[in-house]
Amino acid sequence: MSLIGEKGVRRILSITAFSAISALLLIALFILTEGLPFIFRYGLHDFLLESDWDPQTGKFGIFPMVAASLWVTFGAMVVGAPLGVAGAIFLSEFVPKSVMRVVKPTIELLAAIPSVVYGFIGVMVLAPLIRTQLGGPGLSLLAASIILGIMILPTVISISIDSIQAVPQSYREGSLALGATTWQTIHMVTVKAAKSGIIASIILGMGRAIGETMAVIMVAGNSVRIPESPLDSVRSLTANIALEMSYATGLHRQALFATGVILFVGIIILNSIAIVALRKRVYKK
Amino acid sequence: MRIRPRYTQWLAVTILGGATILTLAVLVFIIVFVLEKGLPVVNFGFLFTNAEDMGRAGGIFTTLIGTIVLPLLAIIVAAPLGISTAVYLTEYTVETRATKIIRFGTDCLAGIPSIIFGLFGFIFFVTTLGLGWSILSGGLTLAVMILPTIIRTTEEAVKAVPKSYRQVSFSLGATRWQTVKRVILPNALPGILTGIMLGIGRSIGETAAVIFTAGSSLRMPSSVFDSTRTMAVHFYILAREGISSENAYGTAATLIIAVLAINLTAYWMMGRFIAKRS
Amino acid sequence: MLRKTIGLISLVMIVLLIAGCGKTRTSITLAGSTAFQPFAEKLADQYMKTNRNASITVQGGGSAVGVQSAISGAAQIGMADLVELPPEAQQLTATIVARDGIALVLNPNNKVANLTLQQVRDVFNGKIKNWNEVGGANARITVVSREAGSGTRSSFEQIVKEISLAKDALIQDSNGTIRETVSNDPNAIGYLSHGLLNEKIRAIKVDDQECTTELIMAGTYKLVRPIYLLVKGTPEGEAKNFIDYILSSEGQNTLKSNGLIPAK
Repeated sequence: MSLIGEKGVRRILSITAFSAISALLLIALFILTEGLPFIFRYGLHDFLLESDWDPQTGKFGIFPMVAASLWVTFGAMVVGAPLGVAGAIFLSEFVPKSVMRVVKPTIELLAAIPSVVYGFIGVMVLAPLIRTQLGGPGLSLLAASIILGIMILPTVISISIDSIQAVPQSYREGSLALGATTWQTIHMVTVKAAKSGIIASIILGMGRAIGETMAVIMVAGNSVRIPESPLDSVRSLTANIALEMSYATGLHRQALFATGVILFVGIIILNSIAIVALRKRVYKK
Repeated sequence: MRIRPRYTQWLAVTILGGATILTLAVLVFIIVFVLEKGLPVVNFGFLFTNAEDMGRAGGIFTTLIGTIVLPLLAIIVAAPLGISTAVYLTEYTVETRATKIIRFGTDCLAGIPSIIFGLFGFIFFVTTLGLGWSILSGGLTLAVMILPTIIRTTEEAVKAVPKSYRQVSFSLGATRWQTVKRVILPNALPGILTGIMLGIGRSIGETAAVIFTAGSSLRMPSSVFDSTRTMAVHFYILAREGISSENAYGTAATLIIAVLAINLTAYWMMGRFIAKRS
Repeated sequence: MLRKTIGLISLVMIVLLIAGCGKTRTSITLAGSTAFQPFAEKLADQYMKTNRNASITVQGGGSAVGVQSAISGAAQIGMADLVELPPEAQQLTATIVARDGIALVLNPNNKVANLTLQQVRDVFNGKIKNWNEVGGANARITVVSREAGSGTRSSFEQIVKEISLAKDALIQDSNGTIRETVSNDPNAIGYLSHGLLNEKIRAIKVDDQECTTELIMAGTYKLVRPIYLLVKGTPEGEAKNFIDYILSSEGQNTLKSNGLIPAK
C-alpha cells in the first residue's frame, strides 16, 4: 500500500464512498428513463387514476394496483404493527435480559426466512382456511395482509426494541418513584420517549410490505380490481411488474417500468420519512 | 368508573404477553411446518445429485451451486466497496453535506424493494451491458442490493473501536491508513463479518431480483456468463408450479437450515465481538 | 491478514473471469413459450446425450419474448405458441414442431363434465357466476386465467372469441400455477396446456368433445394451437440440427409420450 501513499488511499476511499449513492442514482436513472417517457405519453393522471388494465388493447390504468398496494400495506400494518409493538414492549420491559438475549435473535430470524416460504405457507395453510371459513377464492387481500403482517414483525419488533432500550433508565425510575405502576410508566413515559423509533420501525415495515413481490403474487390471487371486501383477490404494484414483465414487449413493457417508477418514488418518499424519524431518535439519545 | 391501575397493569401484561407468545408461535409453526415436511427428503443424494425432469426427480445440486456462487460473487463485489465506504465515512471525514448525502443514499438504497433491483439489473446488466441472464448479472445485482447492509454494519463496527486505540497508534507515528489497516479493521472484523453474513443471508433468500437477472436454468453453469438457479428460485418454481411438493419442501428445509446456520454464525460472531469489547 | 484476503479475493475474481472468457462452445439458447419450455428442456437433455459438445440452454419468457429474442438474436431459437404470429415475425423462419391442445380444467371434486363453447365464453366473461347455472353444485365460480401477454391466454381467447375477462378472475403466470390453483380450489376453472394435465385436476369436454390426443389430431376438439420454433434467416448449424432432431421420429415420440400433439 506504500506504493499508493496516504493521499492515494484517501482518494480511493473517497471514490468508493460514492458507490452506494451512485448505485442509487443509476437505479433511478434506468428506471426513470425506461418508465417516464411512457408516463408522459400516456398521461400521469390516466395512468394513475384509470382502472382499466388491458395491455392487449392498450389500456394501462394502474389505479386498482395502487389501491391494492395501499390496502395490502394497510392490512399488513393492522396485523403486524400492534403485534410487533406489543411484542417489543413486552420483551424489553417484562422479560429478563437473559431470556431476551435468546428471543430477540430468534425473532430476527423470521426476517431471514425467504419470503417465498411465507408465501407458500400462505397458499397451503392460510388460503384454504379463508376459503372454507369465510368464503371467496381464499387467495385474497386478507391472506396477503396476514402473510405480510407476519413478515414485517421482525422489522417492527427489533427496531422498536432498540429504541425502547435507548430510553434512559432514569426516566423509568423517576416515574416509578412517583408511584406509577410499571404499565403506567411504560405507556406514559417509556413508549412516549421511544415514539419516533417505534414509528420509524412501522414505516420501515410498511416499506417492506409495499415492496414485497413473490409472496404477494402467491397469496393475493392477482385480479385486476379495486377490492370491495378483504376476501377479494387483488394485485399489487409489485405483483403487476413481476407477473407480466417476462412476457411484455413494447408499450406493455414500458408500462410495467412506469409501474416501477411509481413504486420507486413511493418508496423513496416513505423511506425519507422513516430516515428523518430515526435520525430524530438518534439525536435525542 | 375508573379501572384500578393494578387491573390495567394485569390486563396490559396479559395482552402484551399474549401478543409475544402469538408471534413466537407463528415463527415456530413456520419453521416446524417446513422442516417436518422437508427434512425427510434431505439426504446426501438429494443435496449432491442434479435435478431431473425440471426438478420433479433427482436432487438440487446445481441449485446448491447457484446458491453458493451468486452470494459469493455479490460479497466479493460488495464487501470491498462497502467496507471502504464505511471506513471513509468514519475515519477520513467529519460530518459534511457530502457524508450526509452518502448516508441518506445508503439508507434509501436499503429500502428499495427487490423487484426494483430486479428491473434495474435486468435493464442494466442483462440488457444494456449485454451480460444476459447470468451469474454475473445476478451477482452484481445482489451486490448492489446488499451494499447498504455492509456499509451500515461496518460503520457501527468501526465506530465501536475505542478512540484510545487510534490515539495510541497515531502517537506511535502510524499514518491514518496504517492505523486503519493494523488497528481498526482487525478490531472491527467480527462486526464486519456479521454484516457480510447478513448480506449473504439476504441474497440467499432473494427471489424477485435473482429470477430477473440470473434466470432460472437448472443446468450446471460452466462460467459466470451462464444462467443459474438458486435454491430460493428453485423452491418458488417447484412449489408454485406444483412440480414436486416433496422436493419443494426438501429445498425449503435445506434453505432454512442454511439461513439459520448463517444467522447463528453471525450472532455468535457479534456476541464474541461484544464480549471482547466489554 | 488483510492483504492476504484482498489477494485471495482478486485471485478468485481473475479465475472467474478467465473461466468466463475461455469457454467457447457451440451453444444455443431457446427462449419463449413457457408451455413448450419443459418439453424443450427434455428434448435438449436427450439431444445433448448424443451430441456431447452441444450446449443448449432453455429459457422461458413467454411467446412474445420468443418472437422478440429470435429477432434480436438474444436467442438462436424463439419458441411461440400463438394461433396467429405477430406481424414482426414475418422476418423469421417459423417451423411448426408440435401442436398443443388447451384443456379446460376443474377441480376433481367438481362434478360438471361438459361445457359448451358458449358457456365457456360466459364463464370467463363473468356472465355465468355460479356452478348451478351449468349443472353443477350451488357455488360461486372462481375463474382462473393467465396474465396479459401469455401465449396460452391469447390463443385461448382467439379460439373461444369475444372474451373480455371478468374483473374478479384470478390471474396466474404459468400453466403450473393454474394447475395448482385449480387443484386447491374446488370451485375453480382454468385452462392449460393439454400436455400438462395430471391427476390433480380434471379436464372437461367442450362441446361434448374430450381433450385427448386422438380427438385433437382428428380435429374435432377445437381448442388447439400450433407451437412454432422461430429462427432468424434460414436455420443452420446447431440450431438446424436441434430443430431437425425435434422433427425426427424420436423427438416427435418424446413430445407425444409427454402429452403434446405431433406436428404432422
